[in-house]
Formats: sequence, structure tokens, C-alpha cells
Amino acid sequence: MSMSRRTFLKATVAGGVGISALGFDLRPAYAAVRQLKIRNAREYKTVCPYCAVGCGTIAYVHGSGGLNTTKTIIHVEGDPDSPINGGTLCPKGASQMQLAISPRLRKSPMYREAGSREWREVDWDFAMEWFARKFKESRDNTFIEQDTQGRTVNRANGIAWVGSATVANEDAYLITKTMRAMGLTYIEHQARI
Amino acid sequence: MPDTLAIKRISATPSAMIPLSSLRSSGPVYSKLVDISKCIGCKGCEVACKEWNDLKVEQTANFGSYQSHKDLSSNTWLLMRFNEVAVGDDDVDWLIKKDACLHCEDPGCLFACPAPGAIVQYQNGIVDFNQDQCIGCQYCVSGCPFDIPRFDKETKTVAKCNMCIDRVEAGLEPACVKTCPTNAIQWGLKEDMLALAEKKVETMQRRGFEHAALYNPGGVGGTHMMYVVPHGDRLEDYSLPAHPVASPMPLSGLNVLQRVGSYLLGFGVLGALGHLLAFGQESAEDSEGPGA
Repeated sequence: MSMSRRTFLKATVAGGVGISALGFDLRPAYAAVRQLKIRNAREYKTVCPYCAVGCGTIAYVHGSGGLNTTKTIIHVEGDPDSPINGGTLCPKGASQMQLAISPRLRKSPMYREAGSREWREVDWDFAMEWFARKFKESRDNTFIEQDTQGRTVNRANGIAWVGSATVANEDAYLITKTMRAMGLTYIEHQARI
Repeated sequence: MPDTLAIKRISATPSAMIPLSSLRSSGPVYSKLVDISKCIGCKGCEVACKEWNDLKVEQTANFGSYQSHKDLSSNTWLLMRFNEVAVGDDDVDWLIKKDACLHCEDPGCLFACPAPGAIVQYQNGIVDFNQDQCIGCQYCVSGCPFDIPRFDKETKTVAKCNMCIDRVEAGLEPACVKTCPTNAIQWGLKEDMLALAEKKVETMQRRGFEHAALYNPGGVGGTHMMYVVPHGDRLEDYSLPAHPVASPMPLSGLNVLQRVGSYLLGFGVLGALGHLLAFGQESAEDSEGPGA
């Protein structure tokens, strides 16, 4: 039998189909594993702001920090080098990135009038004025100049100040100075970090 | 491809039945060890899992339990189950269990999967779902003896814990392991974890939990998330199946049919070709002249 060009072409095509159908290890393509999302992030060592334990954390940040850019935080996890927590974090600490980027964060003070059931957004000027008025009112009403034995004490016993866990050392210093100047004796600060 | 990601099995290929071997020796085989007796139910692992894997938030509602979500979902790969079990008339056991994929050595999901490459098992023990190849048939859901994979209606694919394979590949432990504040979740070589588990079980038995046991079920060839269970005689109270089974043969019938079909097709075409070469194309040869 002579092999014409047409027969040769037919045989090649048929042979190719045959080999493909036999499946000589046409291993199915599979997508690569998701890339490590922190691979190109900058690491900033910081401290969890939530409680008095003071767990060491690493914040992973995208952005060069250049003049024309803004940075964004992409991930937070425990700092394995911290002797406090050795990389572990509680559920609040593990979600602390939300403190920076959550769209549910309140950006302005909320105010609920006495007797009302509704919270409403107010501006900072309103809040500061309201606070100052209440502070003065309470201080005037409860101020003690002299104790029962006639000694000068100048106490504002009607007010207590509770510092936040997110305030830094310097803020805590300022709070103490200011509140002592006002005559407060009940001053507390929750985080000792 | 780094050795840490050497592949063992690919769904709907012969490797589902006969695991692949690689030229290089494979890297470390890992396992998680969850010591249920040390867990305080803080759900730090749940949050860390959501955070690392960028899983969407789901609105939850209080249903009379400390449990956050009612069930696993395609966006909740890890759920702390808070089971309350009555003991006698006036006592209750509060059994907390980390519920997530156990990464079986013989993965029922992979055996059941008809989509080539949608489920991949790595030599390091991780079973990963590949949503790009998933066809949404949900055979893996029925193939899983632990009821773990969940179908996502939006993307029409199935999802579950991937043991943070991106982290493991980079030499990091999974997010849940790293965050656990009470060392209830440990991570390391499977052999190390087995040795550690043995010690833990011994300690617990000495301290009065006489049925304390390691949960590493043989019916699925062992798992890469193992539990140390204080009440090993009451596995169902932890919602752990006592005798989970998965084997490649019964569930991969589809694979076998596929192979048989493709061989039949192949031999059919080859036979036709052979016939053509041996006997020629009678009517065509008659009408066409040589050298046409």
C-alpha cells in the first residue's frame, strides 16, 4: 500500500486524537496556592491597645510611606518575640485591625438626650461644650474646700476619671495633671502598659 | 514548586487512588493537635481564621449559647461548638470543640470529587480546595465523614479550612494555632504531635479522666488535625463521629468510569486508524487517484 500525502495527514491527526484520548498524563492544571498576603508588607511592631496585658503585636502595612501616598493596614497578628504573649492573641486582639479600618467605626460623638431613646450624631464643639458644662456643674455642686476638721482639701468628690486603655503614657500624665488640678481624687487608668 | 508543596493526590485523576510519588523526598508532614481540655472557648482561633483568610462577616444572633454561629459556612471555616450535655439529673457537661476540617490522610471529599484538580492533597498532609476548578456539584459535601465542606450559593463553589496553606508554605503555623492563648492548639511534625498527645493523654488519665483519648481515626487513615479528648468514650457528645470511614474505591467509581471511557474511546480511534492503514479507504481509494 502506497502512503499518499493525504493518508499521512489523516494518520497523523487520527494518531494525535488517539494518543490524547489515551491520556498520556495530561495532568490537569491546578491553580497555585494563594500567595502569602503579608509577603511584601512592612512590619510595624506595636502593642495591643485593648487591655492591661499589653500583648506585643505586629501590624502589616501596605504603602511606601511616600509623600504622595497613604498607608493601609492589611493584617495584624501576635509578635512571637514578645515575652508577654509569644505571638498569641485573644479574639479581641486578633481583630484589632478593625480598630483602624472598620467601616463601622464612629467618627464623631453620639449624643442621647435625657429621656430620649434615640442616639444622634453631634459635632465635637457641641460635645466639648456639653462636657465642660456638666463637668463644671458637678464640680461646683460637690466641691469640698475643707474637711470636717477644718483642714483645706479642695476636693471634687463628685467626679471620677477613668482613663482609656488606648491612651499612651504621655496622655495618662496629662490626664493626671489636669484632673488633679481640678481637684479630682478618683483617678483611674485601666491599662498599665 | 517548593518541596513543601509536593502533591500527593489530585481529585478525579488516577492519583486519587494511587498517591503520587515524587522524585525528591517530600518535606515535613504536619499536624495540628487540639487539646480540648486546655481550651477555654475564647474563640480567638475563630477570629484569627476569619482575619487571615479574609472571610466575609456574617450577622450572628444569640440563640442561647456561647456559640457564635449556628453552623459552619463557606465564610466560616472554623467554629467553636459549645455542646451542653446532661450528666445524670442535676449536672451538665459543657463540651467545647474546635470544629474545622480535619485534613484526613484518606480524604473522602477528594475521593468523591469528579472535577480534576478541584481538591488537592499535599504530601505535608493538607487537603486544599481549589475553587477555580470546582464545578459546584457538592459531591465532596456528601463524601466528607465529618460534615465540613460548605457550598457557597454566590460563587457556586465549595469551601473549607485549607490549614492556612499559604502560611504553612512560608514556614508559618496556621493562624488559629498562632493565636491560641492557652496552647490548646499545637502545631508541628505529625510524629511530634503524636508523641505530645500520648503524654497529654497519660497526664489526663492520671488526673482522673480515665477515658481520655487521642482522636486520630484510622477509618480515614488518620487526620492532620487531631484532638485530645477528655471523655474519649463519649465522642458523639463532642459531635465527633466514632468510626468515620473514607476509602478511595467505592466513591471514586466516577473516576474509574472516566478512565474506562477514555480507554475505550482511545482504542476505538486507534482501531479505526489501524483499519484505515491496513485495508485502506475502499470507496475513497477508488474515486481518488494516487497522488491526489
